[in-house]
Amino acid sequence: MALIPYVVIYLALLVFAIAIIARFIMWSRLPMHVRWELYPVAHEASRAHYGGSYLEESDWWTKPREKSLVGELKAMIPEIVFLVALKEHNPKMWVRSFPFHFGLYLAALWAVLMGIHGLLAAATPALLEGVAGTLLTYAIVASGAAGMGLAILGAVGLLHRRLSDPELRDFTAPADIFNLLFFIAVFGLTLVTFFTVDRDFSKFRFLVHNLVTFKMEALPGSGLEILLPQASLILLGLLMAYIPLTHMSHFVGKYFAYHAIRWNDEPNLRGGKQEAAIHELLAHPITWAAPHIRGDGKKTWVDAATEEVKK
Amino acid sequence: MGGRRHRGGKEIKKDPSLQDFSRGEGPLTHVDIEDQVPLPPPFDKREEEPAIAPLSDQARKKYECLDDTIALSIPKPASKEEEERLVNQFLSGMRKLFTPENNWTFLQPLLMSMEHCARCFTCSEACHIYEESGGNPLYRPAYRSEIFRRIYHKYVRNGSTFSHGDIDLNWKTVSRLIELAYRCNLCRRCAQTCPIGADNALLAREIRKVASQEMGISSKECHDFGSMLQLKVGSSTGMNALVVKDNIEFIDEDTSEKTGIKIETPWDKEGADILLIHNAGEIMAWPENPGAFALLFNAAGLSWTLSSEIAGYDGINYGVWYDDVQFARVAILHAKAARKLKVKKIVLGECGHAHKALTVIADKVLTGDLNIPRESAFTVLHEIVKSGRIRFDKSRNDFPVTLHDPCNVVRLMGIVRPQREVLKAIVPENRFHPMKPEGVHNYCCGGGSGFAIMSGHNFSEWRHHLTGRKKFRQILEAFQDEPMDKDHPKYVCAPCSNCKGQIRDIIKYYNAWERAGIHYGGLVELMVNAMVDANPGFIDWEWR
Repeated sequence: MALIPYVVIYLALLVFAIAIIARFIMWSRLPMHVRWELYPVAHEASRAHYGGSYLEESDWWTKPREKSLVGELKAMIPEIVFLVALKEHNPKMWVRSFPFHFGLYLAALWAVLMGIHGLLAAATPALLEGVAGTLLTYAIVASGAAGMGLAILGAVGLLHRRLSDPELRDFTAPADIFNLLFFIAVFGLTLVTFFTVDRDFSKFRFLVHNLVTFKMEALPGSGLEILLPQASLILLGLLMAYIPLTHMSHFVGKYFAYHAIRWNDEPNLRGGKQEAAIHELLAHPITWAAPHIRGDGKKTWVDAATEEVKK
Repeated sequence: MGGRRHRGGKEIKKDPSLQDFSRGEGPLTHVDIEDQVPLPPPFDKREEEPAIAPLSDQARKKYECLDDTIALSIPKPASKEEEERLVNQFLSGMRKLFTPENNWTFLQPLLMSMEHCARCFTCSEACHIYEESGGNPLYRPAYRSEIFRRIYHKYVRNGSTFSHGDIDLNWKTVSRLIELAYRCNLCRRCAQTCPIGADNALLAREIRKVASQEMGISSKECHDFGSMLQLKVGSSTGMNALVVKDNIEFIDEDTSEKTGIKIETPWDKEGADILLIHNAGEIMAWPENPGAFALLFNAAGLSWTLSSEIAGYDGINYGVWYDDVQFARVAILHAKAARKLKVKKIVLGECGHAHKALTVIADKVLTGDLNIPRESAFTVLHEIVKSGRIRFDKSRNDFPVTLHDPCNVVRLMGIVRPQREVLKAIVPENRFHPMKPEGVHNYCCGGGSGFAIMSGHNFSEWRHHLTGRKKFRQILEAFQDEPMDKDHPKYVCAPCSNCKGQIRDIIKYYNAWERAGIHYGGLVELMVNAMVDANPGFIDWEWR
């Protein structure tokens, strides 16, 4: 029984990592697509603030391009942390979605801090006895309690909005409800554990310490004292494994949505590196059946695009 | 869901749910003028607004109906077997859409929008059609996407309805979805607001693609009389090279007479720096535009030419709205015309979709000696102004001017400042009235994605009421502190042929020239109007 939480977390981490890497590979291996950028493009250094592009220059292909990583970070960080697009365009949803997402970030931080605590306890236990240890413990308690509290608040708000607005309800799949309830249940149980038997997350720290040091020792104590932390950890593991298998993995897709699509303004210059890839793509056979194409699986894009249209 | 409306004695559900989409006969919804927010003065009296003429009974019997209009005239199948065949054809097209061979052009953006929508409705408020419909759910950008997404997950991926929601797939679903894909201007304003990066406009275009590339269903104006005519004759206007040369000769004479500056448009000049490609619609409908271009380019001493090669004198590329193959065919013809003349670059005239099609989208189609640099006319015009080679007198443009931002040039290419810098040089500062919002956050004119040229049944009226109303509202708001009568003419600068056509149509529909003195035109016309060396009065303020 004592082994179950450890096994679940190891498996969950494995599923999470594999699923995220698989998604990343899937998105990055898709073929080059035609340009479909959307302005403002954040890396347009001096032009991003009004949505301008290098195409505003006459003979733009002869001029050096300004590409600003700082510009991208200035757009990305507030978007990731504060969901600024949602705040600006859908404030009613933002007041629910922001606490939910920010709560998730804090909960993730809680897990990372416990991992660090576990590693330090194994490597330099003396360090944890000083101020640093106390601060780390406070940070764990604060991030865990606040994070899961905010996430529950946001999830309840999102659930309420989804179910109380008839049009949103119409667009809601059963899984959307399930997902929010799953978050509420997992974080709810973890908070119950925190308030009832583990006010400083010491039991969770014990379990995480064992996880990072591969000890897998049984949690000392009895009854709810060990049952609640173990059950919470199992559910947290299941949630972690579940997220990347659903559309909640949009954090991976969002990276590509911005970098590979919205901000991808890389021009194909004559003789440049893109041309070979384009030639390959244009050689693909097509099977589109409409009378003006008649793709037979042998006709390629080049054939279709260059054939004479009968008068 | 919500209430019900009556139309022609028939009860129509006003707020159709997603499940309603696959059920019932006839239109799914109806928009009343009472549903819409009144326009600003002097057009604020609802009772004075023209109503959309109802569809004829014949049209309703013969074609599939979605709402108050018909864009495509999709005939009703004669039998159940025919319906089944069409549904299977649509599904077959959808399957092809998700293969890299058939759709490498858009696969990544498409999958992104299929996989990652939080169904949060953030996109709705950004859509001018949804807003001007009074919030009718059918016109939510996410509505058609959600139907398409559910079909994809259930019937293409064989996924669970628990995760992605349910939908019945039948001929009603398919025909209505294709028709609904033509209720979007593809302006991508909604995509700008999506917190995740989903793009409903792209999905509308992909639905159009399945219909066109697999089923042969598309708008006649875009396909038969658009891209096909261009590929066969050289221009969607039907003009062949001889006719277009003849027209330009007449335009040269007319412009010379009007401005007092002799001009001659160069044709097929090998080795010229610039191949200028107009939207040939300008030559037919607004000859002063190519005339003004010729005058400015000659006066600035540019080395330029027009081409009489097939499609080389018409920059339109309607494929960009509905069909990748048609798009590529036309783009290649444009590039071939430039290659033949050995020009250094192609410059696109005042046509937004031609800008985006040839400069941005065709970027991944044109390679080798077809990969000739493409540039906007706005940057060339800005260079002319900066060079000081032409003297302008702002006081000649002493009337209120507002600027419409064509989505294809601004939001989708980031060309924002050059046209504004030109206006600064030719319009008195206190006479310029910006629209709000403007630049990359502008609203579509309502004619985007082919709407400006589509006019079957009562589609034009529907367009004026729903898709063009926001732009008309913006124009009226921009001029609100000016006297709104014909004695005080005002100029909507719309430097895009489709936008200009759409804005002309809205002004005409609401009689805004007679009632409020609102006129329209391009950017180069304003430039020539302010040109010191030309006779004054290039803009003649006559309604055409």
